[in-house]
Amino acid sequence: MDETTMEEGDHSRDTEVAPALVAVHPTQRSVAVAVGSDLRVFDLQGGCSVSLVDDSGGRPHNDSIRAICYGAKGKLFVSAGDDKLVKIWNTDPWSCIYTVSSEKRVSAVAISNDALFVCFADKFGVVWAVDLDGFHENQVLVNKKAVPILAHYCSIITSLEFSPDGQFIVSADRDFKIRVTMFPKKPLDGAHEIQSFCLGLYPALPLSAFQIIPQGFLVSGSGDSTVRLWDITSGSLLDTCEVGAEAGLLQSNGGEEECYPAVTDLCATPDGSLVAVAIQSLSGIMLLSCNLSAKTLSIVKVVTIMEEAFIPTSLGISSAAELLWIVTDSVGYDPIVLEDNEVPGGVQLLEKLQGSVSIQKEVFLAAAETVKSAMRSLLIKKQYSVEKREFRKKGRNDRKIKQ
Amino acid sequence: MCSISVSQVSFGWSISVNLVWREMLENEANPYLSKTTRLPRKRFYRARAHSNPLSDSHFPVPVAPSQVDYSLHYPQLFPSSDQDDGSQKIKFADIGCGFGGLLISLSTLFPETLMIGMELRDKVTEYVKERILALRVANPGQYQNISVARTNSMKYIPNYFEKGQLSKMFFLFPDPHFKEKNHRRRVISMHLLDEYAYALEVGGIIYTITDVEELGEWMKACLEDHPMFEALTEEDLEADPVAKLLGSATEEGQKVARNGGQTFQTVYRRIMPNI
Repeated sequence: MDETTMEEGDHSRDTEVAPALVAVHPTQRSVAVAVGSDLRVFDLQGGCSVSLVDDSGGRPHNDSIRAICYGAKGKLFVSAGDDKLVKIWNTDPWSCIYTVSSEKRVSAVAISNDALFVCFADKFGVVWAVDLDGFHENQVLVNKKAVPILAHYCSIITSLEFSPDGQFIVSADRDFKIRVTMFPKKPLDGAHEIQSFCLGLYPALPLSAFQIIPQGFLVSGSGDSTVRLWDITSGSLLDTCEVGAEAGLLQSNGGEEECYPAVTDLCATPDGSLVAVAIQSLSGIMLLSCNLSAKTLSIVKVVTIMEEAFIPTSLGISSAAELLWIVTDSVGYDPIVLEDNEVPGGVQLLEKLQGSVSIQKEVFLAAAETVKSAMRSLLIKKQYSVEKREFRKKGRNDRKIKQ
Repeated sequence: MCSISVSQVSFGWSISVNLVWREMLENEANPYLSKTTRLPRKRFYRARAHSNPLSDSHFPVPVAPSQVDYSLHYPQLFPSSDQDDGSQKIKFADIGCGFGGLLISLSTLFPETLMIGMELRDKVTEYVKERILALRVANPGQYQNISVARTNSMKYIPNYFEKGQLSKMFFLFPDPHFKEKNHRRRVISMHLLDEYAYALEVGGIIYTITDVEELGEWMKACLEDHPMFEALTEEDLEADPVAKLLGSATEEGQKVARNGGQTFQTVYRRIMPNI
C-alpha cells in the first residue's frame, strides 16, 4: 500500500507540467507564449523575436508560468506562476518594470482596463491588487505592495478577468463558483460588493476557462465538455452548449478518452459573436456562434487540424479579431495561426507561422500525453476512494486503537 | 445502535429516518430518547468539538438557491416540491447552529418565519434533525418553520441563499482558532463578510457572540472595518428581542453562564456602502 501511494505521488509530480499559454497583443503588435518557466515574445510588426530586459531587480521566472495577459491597451503585460513572482512588463519597449513577490503560488492574473491596477490570484483563493500609480510617469516603481481585495474561501482561483466596461472583476474557482464583484474606485480598500454568483456548474467537473463578452455576458467552458452562456449581472445561466457531443462524433475511432473531454480553453472575439473552443482530444478547435439578442450558443464549425497529437492548451485573439492564435504543447508547431474572416461559417485558412517562436521541432508524443494528463489533473479536484481516504487517516491519533 | 447508523448515512429529511424515528417513538424502551420528554438525548450523539472547514466536502450541496428543496425541510408548509412557488423563503440562518438551541427558541418567537441551521458536524446535524422532529410530534403545528442542513457555510452560502434573501444571520460561539496560522478558518473574516453581506438584505442584522475575548475583538474589528456593516445603537439593541437570546438560548451560552464566564456580543446591520 505504501509503495503504491509513493508511486502515485511521484507520478503526479512528473505530470505537473504547466500547459503552454498564449497571449496576443490587443492590436496584434506582438504575441507572447509561455512554456514552462520560459517566456517568449515575438514582435509581429518587426518580424523578430524580442529579447526581454529585466531591470526591476527581481529574479527571473524559475518555475512554471501559469498565467500571462496583456492589458486592454496593450501597454502592459503580466506574467506569473509557481515561482510566486508576478512580473509586470512594459511592452514598448519590452522591459520588466516591476516584480511583485506573492506569498503563495499565483494561478491567475488580470490588468484593470485603465491599466492602474494589476490583480493576481493565488492558490489560497485570495485576489491581490497592486497599484501601478506612478508607472505612467515612467518612474521606477518602488515598494508597491500587493493588497488582498477579495477571496474565495480557500479554493484555487482558476481565472480572473475584468469586464470590458471595467465595472466588475470576475473570478472563478475550483469549487464551481464564478464570483462577479464590483470593482471599486479605491480597490486597495477591498472589493466587498458582490454583484452575483454564477452557480449551476456543480456537480459537473469544474470550470476551466471563461471570458467576459460585451453587454454583460460571460461564456464559460467546463470539464463536462459544455460551454455555457451567463448573464453576469444576475448570475443566471442563459444557455448551455454540449460541445462534447460534437467532439465525440469526431472522435468515434479514438475511444480511449473518457466520455467527457474537458474544454481546455476558450476565447471570444471582442464583439462576442464568435467563440473559439479548445477541447481535450479534439484535433482542432470548435467555433461557436453566440447570438447575444437571442441569448443562445450554437456550433458553427469544427476546424480540424491534421497533426499528430494536436492538443491546444491555450487560445488568444486580438481585438482586430482577424487571427486566432492557438498554442499546443510539446508538438513543435506553435503557435498555429488560424485566419478567420469573422463571418460565422466562413472559410478558415490554416497556416503555420514559420519560425516565430524558437521551439524545438521534435515532436514528442510522450510529452503530449503528459500534457494531456497534466491538463486533466489541473482541471479536476483530486478524488479519493473511500478506502484511500481511510488509509490516509491511518496515522491520525484519534484513529489509533487504544490498548 | 443501528438506528443511529441509518440516520447518519441519510441526508435531508429522508423517509427512512422518519420511519426509524416513528418506530423509536413507538418503542417506549428506546434508550436514545429521554423517557420524560421523548426528545433525543444529547449524550448519545457524541460529536467532536471541532471540524476542519478547509477539508474537501463529501456531502451533497444544492446547485443553486432555486434548487433547495423546501418540501424536505418544511414538509408541513411545503407539502410537495411542486407547490413551492418561491413566495416564502428562508429569512434567518444560524451559521454553526450546534445543538440547535437558538433555532428552537426563535421558532416560537417568529412562528411565521422560515429559518435554517447550518452545521458542519454530521452527528450534531443528526441530533438537531431528530430534536426538531420530536418537537414537531410533541407540539402539533409548532416547530414547522425550522430546519437544519449539514453543510460548510464558509463555502456554500451562495448555493443556499439568493442575493439579499436573509434578514438575520447568527454566528454564536464560533470556533476561536487561536493560532495565527488558522485565522483563515475563522467564520468571521473580512473576506467572508463580503459573502454574508451578499446574502443579507439591506437592513438585515448579523449577530455574533463569543466567550473568547480575543475572538470577540477580532469579530468586532472585522465588522467595524467592513464598509457594508454598521453597529446597532444601544437603543436598537434594547428593542431587539433576539439580542437577548444570544447568550441564553444556545447550549454553548448556557454552559458559559453556568461557569460564570464573560461573553462578548457584536451586532451589526447590513448597509449600502458609500462608493
